[in-house]
Amino acid sequence: MSTLSDPQTEDNTAQLTVDTAKPLTLMWWRFKQHRLALWSLYVIGFLYFVAAFAEFLAPYDPFKHSRLHAFVPPQQVHLFHEGEFKGPFVYGLDRERDPETARLTFSEDTDKVYPIKFFHRGDSYKFWGLWETNLHLFGIEGGRRDRIYLLGTDALGRDLLSRIIYGGRVTLSVGLIGVFFSFVIGITLGSVAGLIGGRVDAAIQRLAEFVRSIPTIPLWLGLAAALPVAWDPIFVYLLITVILALIGWTNLARVVRGHFLTIRNQDFVLAAQLSGAKPRRVVTRHMLPSMTSYVIAAITLAIPEMILGETALSFLGLGLRPPVVSWGVLLQDAQNLRSIALAPWMLAPGAAIVTTILAFNFLGDGLRDAADPYQQ
Amino acid sequence: MAWFIVKRILWSVPTMILISIATFIIIQLPPGDYVTAYIAELEELGEKITAQEAAELRASFGLDKPLIVQYWNWISKIVFHGDFGLSLDWKLPVSDLLWDRIALTLMISTLSLILTWAIAIPIGVYSATRQYSIFDYVFTVLGFLGRGIPDFLLALVLMWLGFAYFNFHVGGLFSPEYADAPWSFARFWDLLAHLWVPVVVLATGGAAGLLRVMRANMLEELGKPYVETAYAQGMSEREVVWRYPVRVALNPFFSTVGWALPALISGDVITAVVLNLPTTGPLLLRALLNQDMYMAGGFILILSLFTIIGTLLSDILLTLTDPRIRHA
Repeated sequence: MSTLSDPQTEDNTAQLTVDTAKPLTLMWWRFKQHRLALWSLYVIGFLYFVAAFAEFLAPYDPFKHSRLHAFVPPQQVHLFHEGEFKGPFVYGLDRERDPETARLTFSEDTDKVYPIKFFHRGDSYKFWGLWETNLHLFGIEGGRRDRIYLLGTDALGRDLLSRIIYGGRVTLSVGLIGVFFSFVIGITLGSVAGLIGGRVDAAIQRLAEFVRSIPTIPLWLGLAAALPVAWDPIFVYLLITVILALIGWTNLARVVRGHFLTIRNQDFVLAAQLSGAKPRRVVTRHMLPSMTSYVIAAITLAIPEMILGETALSFLGLGLRPPVVSWGVLLQDAQNLRSIALAPWMLAPGAAIVTTILAFNFLGDGLRDAADPYQQ
Repeated sequence: MAWFIVKRILWSVPTMILISIATFIIIQLPPGDYVTAYIAELEELGEKITAQEAAELRASFGLDKPLIVQYWNWISKIVFHGDFGLSLDWKLPVSDLLWDRIALTLMISTLSLILTWAIAIPIGVYSATRQYSIFDYVFTVLGFLGRGIPDFLLALVLMWLGFAYFNFHVGGLFSPEYADAPWSFARFWDLLAHLWVPVVVLATGGAAGLLRVMRANMLEELGKPYVETAYAQGMSEREVVWRYPVRVALNPFFSTVGWALPALISGDVITAVVLNLPTTGPLLLRALLNQDMYMAGGFILILSLFTIIGTLLSDILLTLTDPRIRHA
């Protein structure tokens, strides 16, 4: 028996670990059980990583157009050439003009083999606007005109993959900045409503109800249409996020208000007040920290709304406008049947949008479940 | 009960006034006004207008008055005469263009709302009573997908699938041969063949969300003692489930109609642009792009008013089905 540990004590230590675990550890344990949420966290991490290192990960400059390569369909990556293993490579492109429709069509030229080179020297760029370099994650060696288009090209012959990677930077950051603004509005109004109560609460509640009852897209459109076309794209970008936030704060305010109402009368708040803490200290040091996890969950669920808003506005031509690249702007090229019929790969930015939104939704659900680790 | 309804209707009046003010602000936001646009148009035709004439024009349209007076002129015409002003773009009264489009938007939104419920209620009940069954998982996955795909993207994908694989032209409300034909059974059938696309596109998003709510509510209700009691009385599963827990679990459906309507109308605006439907969407978008502000304002005002009325109806419906709210 001496070599085996007593099952009773082992059980006790396990129980002790659970009992003495910090709230954050408990939350993490609970969050980990939500497998989908955990995977979504990895997916979101990956997406933001790609957006952050867009210049390096994108094979080409997203604005560089090439008349010879308009509407090239996505190229397939092959491993075997005539039964021989060659590593990943693509075949060259054969350009033909359809005699009837005068349209350019492309087919694989199986005589030309272009192996994919990693850490390839290609278009030069300024990484984060700081260092001049021309290193890309991958590319192909060949003549100036031989290029690799994993997701095809658009009407101007720009590489769609590069454009999606750069567009992610704009779309994903709109989500974060928009949520930041609506977080500021939501947490201020929500805590004021929950703390003061009475008429102020009623007024803020009515305001939130009012904002919720207006159909969002017509309102967004109306506000966005008022932005002059000639303004600096970065300024328009900021204003668009503000517009999204002006409408998107209601849910956050509701969450914050609800929690203020429940914890307002709890002992630790009373204790702080009795110890002579000023209202401001009570709120910022005692009440707000106790609801951090809920607020984080609500924020995570609000990000996809913002992303959807930006995408919808840009898609309709009232949000961000070219030359800015965002996923909504990219989808504008796939707006009518003619272009989708001609180049169905132009729908690819849609897949990026759906992935992002699903991942944020799952992550938000998981965080919401983990937010209260003491609840059974 | 009557008193509650009257009170609720009176409550919505300030909201409507607020909405009209918000709309008026949107109309005023773009730089310049009607006369600026008019002058620009005349200059394009080679005519010149002096500052004196411009001022006279402004006076004749009442644009020199303070904003509050302008607001009153605008809203009083709408309330008392149904006059929404002139569309600069179409050179027609806005009300001539407005109502047909609004009617179609409302029809599509209502149909999608009905479809949303028709999908969400039975599936939600099924998923809850057969929790963790294969179909529960299938519906859960479909539900999440429905929530993650934006309306306009779904419309685009359907349009492409219809074109590429089914040789079916998705978009518009009529096939070309029926577009100007007189009403007949064949034309009506053609309308239905086109109408289901926007209705389904709009319903999926809402249904996906409501399905989860319905499932969660049902699971909560099914665990309660009264359900066990009902089983103990020897009632069949179908009788127990549909007679008691479903009725309680349905409450959120009525209370969220108010939010479902704005979402549906928003969705309709953008879906209609993609599918090229003659509803409010394309006209509103065009009005906004051309800064045809009275037109845009009219649309935003009416669409918002209908959502207020929808919320009102849902509140009344809720009090009718749940007496606890009436007496609270």
